Amino acid sequence: MKIPHFSRKTLCIPYAVFLIFFVIIPMLVIVFYAFTDKNMHISLGNFIRFFSDPTKLSTIVYSLVIALITTVICLLIAYPVAYILARSKMKRKFVILLLFVLPMWINFVLRVNALRELFNLLSSLQGMDWLASSNYFKTVFGMVYDFLPFMILPIYTTMLKIDPSLYEASRDLGAGAATTFLRITVPLSMPGIMSGVTMVFLPSMTNYVVSDMLGNAKVTIIGKFIYEYFGTDWHMGSMVALVLLVVVFVSTWLTGGFSSEENVRGANL
Amino acid sequence: MSKKKVLYGCLQGVFIGLVLLILYAPILLLAVYSFDGTNMIGRFEGFSFSHYAALFSNPKVLRMIGNTFVLAFLAAALSTVLGTVGAIGMFYCKKRMKAIIHGVSQIPVINAEIVTALALAITFVAVGLGKSYFTLIIGHMVICTPFVVLSVMPKLKQMDNSLYEAALDLGASPAKALWKVVLPQIIPGVLSGFMLAVTLSLDDYIVTVYTRPSGFETISTYVFNATMKGNAHTAETLASFWALTTIIFVIIVLFVVISNLASIRKKEVRK
Repeated sequence: MKIPHFSRKTLCIPYAVFLIFFVIIPMLVIVFYAFTDKNMHISLGNFIRFFSDPTKLSTIVYSLVIALITTVICLLIAYPVAYILARSKMKRKFVILLLFVLPMWINFVLRVNALRELFNLLSSLQGMDWLASSNYFKTVFGMVYDFLPFMILPIYTTMLKIDPSLYEASRDLGAGAATTFLRITVPLSMPGIMSGVTMVFLPSMTNYVVSDMLGNAKVTIIGKFIYEYFGTDWHMGSMVALVLLVVVFVSTWLTGGFSSEENVRGANL
Repeated sequence: MSKKKVLYGCLQGVFIGLVLLILYAPILLLAVYSFDGTNMIGRFEGFSFSHYAALFSNPKVLRMIGNTFVLAFLAAALSTVLGTVGAIGMFYCKKRMKAIIHGVSQIPVINAEIVTALALAITFVAVGLGKSYFTLIIGHMVICTPFVVLSVMPKLKQMDNSLYEAALDLGASPAKALWKVVLPQIIPGVLSGFMLAVTLSLDDYIVTVYTRPSGFETISTYVFNATMKGNAHTAETLASFWALTTIIFVIIVLFVVISNLASIRKKEVRK
């Protein structure tokens, strides 16, 4: 017996079905719940309730500020690291890069726990007792600590791709080190900066493990909201999730993330 | 001029060193105190393996470690099969179809993990599936499979397509040609996809919390809960996590060193 018309294309069917059931349908379910009330009637109530509650809005602003500060600090640390490594002529510089990536393979809850123990030790020292109550400081520190590799890797990879002859040309044409940096290095590493920023900004808005463990559960970020609503009100939870979803899609669309097939997180690990 | 250059080089080295020091300080601190007898970090009272003994004698802790690894390997294996077969299928699809599947496949990659997790959890409960080991595996597959596809795709593009045609001309069935000709060419991508899936699953907290059956604990959920409770009862358990962190760290370092040595040796042999 011969199977009629085996086509290689048909191999994509299982994955397509999987995506329909476990990616597309759940997203539609979120949209449905976001725009219905408890009796499953279509309603804009959640939307209005969410955006008219001043305490909710202030928490969101706080969360955005935390994410923004985290992203900026990550960028300020990661950019020089990537720059130094990418331009270094060291033979085994990949070993140093590996040192930056290595902690990522330890379970991240264990890593955050390690940082927590370090903070506990430091705040028991004399003159360091301010640390015990600086929940926002510790949260931001923890997020930078956790997400830094996600910023270093994409910037490093785009910097490696910059043609060294561009630097020489720039110098030959009389540009100083600062001009070369601002007109060659920064613009050409922009794609790396962009993907690094999206990979740090989003988790720092939503990863409540870090803020709970290091901020003594006193720092609320958007991700924590969703968690709390999951226990009480799915409709509101879906609304918050939908807002995040829209933010993600708009920012990905703006940075052109959909067109590139190369994924930094996947390519480098 | 050269003096300036030396100074500049030193500054660079100091900067890199400082960042690395901050990255490793917490882990090294735990590694040192994992060999101390007390549950307090700050004073070293004497060398002891008691935290390691506590780690390996607590059945709950052992179970959650086992859970974590079984789940990671199972979810990664299923994701690798689904993702590899899917990537091959997508590769031969028409451009438009390929773009659509690829676009949908990217959603879990770019989306906030908590949105993916909430959407799955609500869907599972709404359709009456509830939460079981099955939903947990599905949850992990949703976050892992797209990364398998992403690491297999480039290998398919580099592949020499005429070999497949040649196999067909020589009388192989399409299935056999895929198995014997296509698969061996993309196997590095498949393996790195599998490794990536394992690490993603091992590291996961959020999707696990939303899709797991009740009572199921992984390293992430167990450590998080124990830390958040933070009473005297868990002090010993918390101290045993220092030992766990140290063990994982040592395993990773060994793994990286060995695989790098292997690849260096391979390069030298090729020369």
